[in-house]
Amino acid sequence: MDAPLIEFKNVTKRFDTRTVLDDISLKIYRGDVTTIIGKSGVGKSVLLKHIVGLIDADQGEVLLHGRPLSRLDRKEKDELMGGISYMFQNNALFDALTVYDNVAMPLQHTTRLGKQEIKAKVMERIEQTELAEVAHRYPSELSGGMKKRVALARALATDPEIVLFDEPTTGQDPIRRNAILSMIAEYQRRIGFTAVLISHDLPDVFFISNRVIAVYDGKVIFEGSPEEFDDFEHPFRYEFIHSLENLQEELTGLYSRRNFKARYQTELQGNAQSRTYAVVVFRLEAFDTIQEGLGHTAAQELIRSIGASISHYFTDVGGFSTRYGVDQYTSVLPYSNLGEARQLVAGFADHFERRSRTGLQKMVRAEFACADAVTISIAAGIAEGQADWDIESILNSADAAQDTILTFSATCKER
Amino acid sequence: MAEEVQTAADVKGSVRNSILTKTLDPVGRHGLGVVNHLGAAAIFFLKAMGAVFSRRQLHRTVLQVYYIGAKTTAIVGLVALFTGMVLGLQLYYTLVKFGSVGVLGSAVALTLIRELGPVLTAIMITARAGSAMTAEIGIQRISEQIDALTTMRIDPLAYLITPRIAAAILSFPLLTAMFDMIGILGGYLTGVGLVGGDPGTYLYRVHTSVDLSDVTGGFVKSLVFAVIVSTICCYQGYFTHMREDSHGSKSVSLSTTSAVVQSCVFILISDYIVTSFLL
Repeated sequence: MDAPLIEFKNVTKRFDTRTVLDDISLKIYRGDVTTIIGKSGVGKSVLLKHIVGLIDADQGEVLLHGRPLSRLDRKEKDELMGGISYMFQNNALFDALTVYDNVAMPLQHTTRLGKQEIKAKVMERIEQTELAEVAHRYPSELSGGMKKRVALARALATDPEIVLFDEPTTGQDPIRRNAILSMIAEYQRRIGFTAVLISHDLPDVFFISNRVIAVYDGKVIFEGSPEEFDDFEHPFRYEFIHSLENLQEELTGLYSRRNFKARYQTELQGNAQSRTYAVVVFRLEAFDTIQEGLGHTAAQELIRSIGASISHYFTDVGGFSTRYGVDQYTSVLPYSNLGEARQLVAGFADHFERRSRTGLQKMVRAEFACADAVTISIAAGIAEGQADWDIESILNSADAAQDTILTFSATCKER
Repeated sequence: MAEEVQTAADVKGSVRNSILTKTLDPVGRHGLGVVNHLGAAAIFFLKAMGAVFSRRQLHRTVLQVYYIGAKTTAIVGLVALFTGMVLGLQLYYTLVKFGSVGVLGSAVALTLIRELGPVLTAIMITARAGSAMTAEIGIQRISEQIDALTTMRIDPLAYLITPRIAAAILSFPLLTAMFDMIGILGGYLTGVGLVGGDPGTYLYRVHTSVDLSDVTGGFVKSLVFAVIVSTICCYQGYFTHMREDSHGSKSVSLSTTSAVVQSCVFILISDYIVTSFLL
C-alpha cells in the first residue's frame, strides 16, 4: 500500500478534563473517499479540525504528506495546506457576501487568477451545484439545502487535493442528501481529490466510500473497506448503525445491505432443503450521463423511484431487495427459478414503464433544462442460485448476464 | 499545655490565612487575568499592524473608513454642536460673574480642542462603530466564518482586524477635527447669537489663544484613543468564543458590552495619562 497522505499517530485531545480523542492512530490514503462514522460528540469534527490546523493535538502527531504539522513553520504549513478545503458542518458561509462572492473568495485571496478567470471558474461551480439562479443572493435568503450546496461549491472552487467534509448532508431531505453525496463522488472522480467525510448517511455514504473509519469512545475501533465493515461486530453497531439502517428501510422500502444479507442467510443459506432461487441485478445505465443531463437532484429522484418500484414489485412475489451500489439494485426471488424470474423481470419492465414514464417525463420537463433528450435505460441480469452458494458469486454471474430491459427518452426544455 | 497553646495559635493562624487567601485569591486571579488580556491585546494589535501593507489592504481599509468614519460624521456632528452650545452657555454665565466674557472664545476652543473633542469623539465612535465591530466579528467567530478563513489560508487578522484598526487610526483624528470645528461653531451660536457676546471678540480669542501644540495634543489623544478603541473592540469580538461566562449569541452580546465599557474606561484613563505628559 502507498504511503498515507494523512496520518494520525497516537493523537490525544482533551477539553478541560474530557478526553475527546484518546491515543488515536489512523491513515488516510491518496485518492480515497474515507468516511468517518461515529455517534454525535465522539470527536469526529475535532479529528477533522486537526488536519486543517484549527485544533492542535495535546499529544501525538498529525502528519500530512509524511510531515508532522506541529514541526512546520508557517510558510511550510501554508504551502502544505494550500491544497486542503474544508466544508463546515454549519456551512460557515460569509453572511455579508453573496453566493457568488462566497464561492469566489478562496480564489480571490489565494490565487493570482484574473477577474475573468475567477468568474468563469466560480460560475462553473455554481452551475454544477445548481445555484445559478441564486448567485447574487445572500446566504440568509437561501434554504438549508442551498446553503449546503454553496458550501460545497466553495470547497471545490480551488480544485483542491484534499477535501474534508464535515457532515455535508445534515438537514437535507433523502433526495438532496443522496444528490450531495453523488455530487461529491462525481467531483472526486473528475478532480481526483482525496475526500474525508463525516457522515451519518448509512448505507448511502458507503456507496461512494473506499474506506470507513469508525470512532467510538474516543478511539478508532474500525479501519477498512465498507465491505469489511459489513462483517464488523462491535457494540457500536447495535448502538448506532442498526438504528440508521432501520431508518433507511423505512424511507426507501429497500433492505439495508446488512439486513439483506441477514435475510438471505436465514431464508436461503440456512435452509436444509436445497432449493434453487433467482437473483436479479438491476442497473440504471449511463448514470453519469443522466446526472449530467438531469442534474444531481433529479437523478437521485430517478434512483429513488426505481428502487421503490423494484422493492414494491418484488416484495409482492415474496422477494427482497437492496441497493447494491450507486446505480445498482439486487433482488432475490426465493420462490422462482430462472424462467419465472425472466417473466417477473419482463413484467416489472412493463409495470415500471406504464407507471413511471409519464411521471419521469413530467419531472424532466418541469424542473430541468437540458440541450438534448435524456435517455433512461435499465438493464437487468438474472442468475440462479442454490442454498450453499456464495451470494457474491451469484451476484457476479447476474451482473455479467445483464441486458437492457427498458429504454425511453425524456425530452427537456430548450436552454 | 504548651502543645495545646501552640495548636491554638496554629489554628488561629490558619484561619487568618484562609480568610486572607479567600479575600485576596480572587483579586489576584482577576489581576493576573487583566494583565494577561492586556498582553494578549498588545500582541493582537502588533500582529494586526504587521499586515497593514499587505496585498488588497487599501481597498478594505477604505471600506472601513467609510463604515467607521464617514457613517459616524452625522452623530459626531450633532454631539459636537450641542456640546459647543452647552459650553457657550455655561461658560458665558460663569465668566460674566468674573467680568471675563471676552475670553469665552478661548475657553470654548481650548476646552474642545484639548479635551472634549478627542474624548467625546472617541466615545461616540465607540458607541456607534466600536460596538458594531465587536458584534460583527463576534458573530463571524461563533458561526465559524473566521475558522473558514483560516482553512482557506486567508489570515483572519489581516482580513478582518488590520483594516479596522487602520481605518480607526485614519478616522479618529479627522472626526475629532470636525468635532472641534462644529463645537466652536456651537459655542458661537449660544455665546454670541443667543446671549449676546461680541462676535469679533469670540472669533479673535479663538484665533489667538489656540496654538499648534493644542491642536497636535488633541490629535495625539485621538490617535491613542483610535488604537485603544479599535483594538479593544476587535479583540473582544475576535475572542468572543473564549469567554468563560457565556456561549453563542450571549457571548457576543456580553463581548459587545465589555468592548464599549472597557473602551470608555480606557479612553478616560489614557486621557489622563496623555494629558499629564502633554502639559
